[in-house]
Amino acid sequence: MTGRLVLENLKHKPMRSLLSVFLIAVPVTLILCLEGLSQGMLADSARRARGIGADIMVRPPGTSVLTLSGAPIPEKLVDAIQQKPHVALAIGMVVHNVTNVTFVTGIDLARFNQMSGGFKYLKGEGGPFHGPNDIIVDEYYAQQHKLHAGDQVTDILNHPWHVSGVAEGGKLNRLVVPIRTLQDLTGDTGRVSQVFVKADRPANVPEVLADLKAMLPAYNIYTMEEFTSLLTVENVGGLNTFIHVMVGIGVVIGFAVVLLSMYMAVLQRTREIGILKALGASRWFILKIVLAEAVVLGIGGTVVGIGLSFAARALIQVLYPASLTQAVTPEWWPIAGAISLAGVLLGALYPGMSAAAQDPIEALAYE
Amino acid sequence: MSEPLIEIRDLRKVYRVGKVDVPALRGVDLDVPAAEFLAIVGPSGSGKSTLFHIIGGLTPSTGGSVRIGGQDISSLTDAGRTELRKNKVGFVFQKFNLLPNLTAGDNIAIARHIAGRSPAVEPEFEEVLKLLGISGRLNHKPAALSGGEQQRVAIARAIVNHPAILLADEPTGNLDSENSGVVLDVMRDLNRRLGQTILMITHNPEAAAFAHRTVRMRDGRIVSGAGS
Repeated sequence: MTGRLVLENLKHKPMRSLLSVFLIAVPVTLILCLEGLSQGMLADSARRARGIGADIMVRPPGTSVLTLSGAPIPEKLVDAIQQKPHVALAIGMVVHNVTNVTFVTGIDLARFNQMSGGFKYLKGEGGPFHGPNDIIVDEYYAQQHKLHAGDQVTDILNHPWHVSGVAEGGKLNRLVVPIRTLQDLTGDTGRVSQVFVKADRPANVPEVLADLKAMLPAYNIYTMEEFTSLLTVENVGGLNTFIHVMVGIGVVIGFAVVLLSMYMAVLQRTREIGILKALGASRWFILKIVLAEAVVLGIGGTVVGIGLSFAARALIQVLYPASLTQAVTPEWWPIAGAISLAGVLLGALYPGMSAAAQDPIEALAYE
Repeated sequence: MSEPLIEIRDLRKVYRVGKVDVPALRGVDLDVPAAEFLAIVGPSGSGKSTLFHIIGGLTPSTGGSVRIGGQDISSLTDAGRTELRKNKVGFVFQKFNLLPNLTAGDNIAIARHIAGRSPAVEPEFEEVLKLLGISGRLNHKPAALSGGEQQRVAIARAIVNHPAILLADEPTGNLDSENSGVVLDVMRDLNRRLGQTILMITHNPEAAAFAHRTVRMRDGRIVSGAGS
């Protein structure tokens, strides 16, 4: 019976109810998108790193798992690593930022192919570099910028590039160019950003790792398994804090929306509260109705918020396929739901307690 | 002689308005035997509604005593008065006061739910619904009912938990003469057939004529009809 009263109350003011649900959904969407983007980008980074086919990664001092700045490693060091026992192949790469989320990688394609097995090019979309100004773009970048093999591109580092091929994603960055050209364009001649190492046999990886750590004590040297395992939200400085802040904002928005919505509802239903009290309804009964109504709004807001997070993901994929990668994070649905419910319950508490404390005679006289 | 159902002695109520004390009841004495249909008349401000509110447990008294079925309700806490409203009294208001979002049937069912009973009415209460003439209107929301029908639904809701007392505050105040007659007939029938004790506030002498006895109030006191 209480459930029917709650549902009828919500149906009685459909616009208020729908607006409340939508407003509660906004922070749920925000939390899910943020967590999805964080996890998606990290998973994408891990996938790309694994796609290289290396066993060990050597990064310069002062870098984190997600950031690379410039090309401070002398190329001679790559040769020195190559000479180490059990090292089958060592290749240096230059990574340079083009826009906020797009990077270009400079490689020696022959050596990269030797390590990774090479790129897989889309059918009819060209192949490897033939000249110093050739560029390979991945399918998502090509889709977003409407590029095909043979096209000319000038908006990358203000250099005239010729698209030699469109490759499947998942290896290196979205843009790949000859290493010498990129070094010359960025003033990094003779230097690389990071070094990838392949051991002659998997069993020798620990030995090579120990050897490199002894040789380069200040460098960040990881096995690829170790590196990809570090690509978590917790290990990215500030990201977890940022997510916590967004979660806090979500609670506050849910709280404020429901506080205003339920406060208005309680005011509008003052006489009805008086009627219930005249019938013998206790304070708890009245509070329960207000809280139950808020919980229904909160559940509705969570469901709509989950739906909107899918809509946001689809929108990003259609409009900007080469930009951020948003993962679907079902493990965060109950968390976002709990955050939303915490907000709405807090928000409903004051209006509910006000309603429960109303004087029945004054409430019945309310016009 | 048996003890009256309602026994009121030197009942006083003072409202505080700003810094001024306004006496609403100045020492009311009244006995109401079970199964009586009592009309209370008097000008506005005479204390009729305040008397109702105290008997119905909507507000505490300032002094004196009210005993219902032997229980002194003047010392009840807020929770105690809630229990009184749930089990011992039923209200009928001038403005019907049905919950607008629920059907007539659900308005009756929620009174049972609040009292801790199953929402479905007992088979014998179906007869009361027929007597009230609302059996076929239970699936309609109040907005789809006439004023007379709404008031009869309100009466059904007030008595569905078998309260000792039905308190009707100007039950015909918002009705035309035809519907007023129907509602008053129904109340008299309930009193005669079920022995329902009814206290009715009214300004209408014709309505008061349906009652066994009429009590007149003025300036917070009963001026005539107090003796049962």
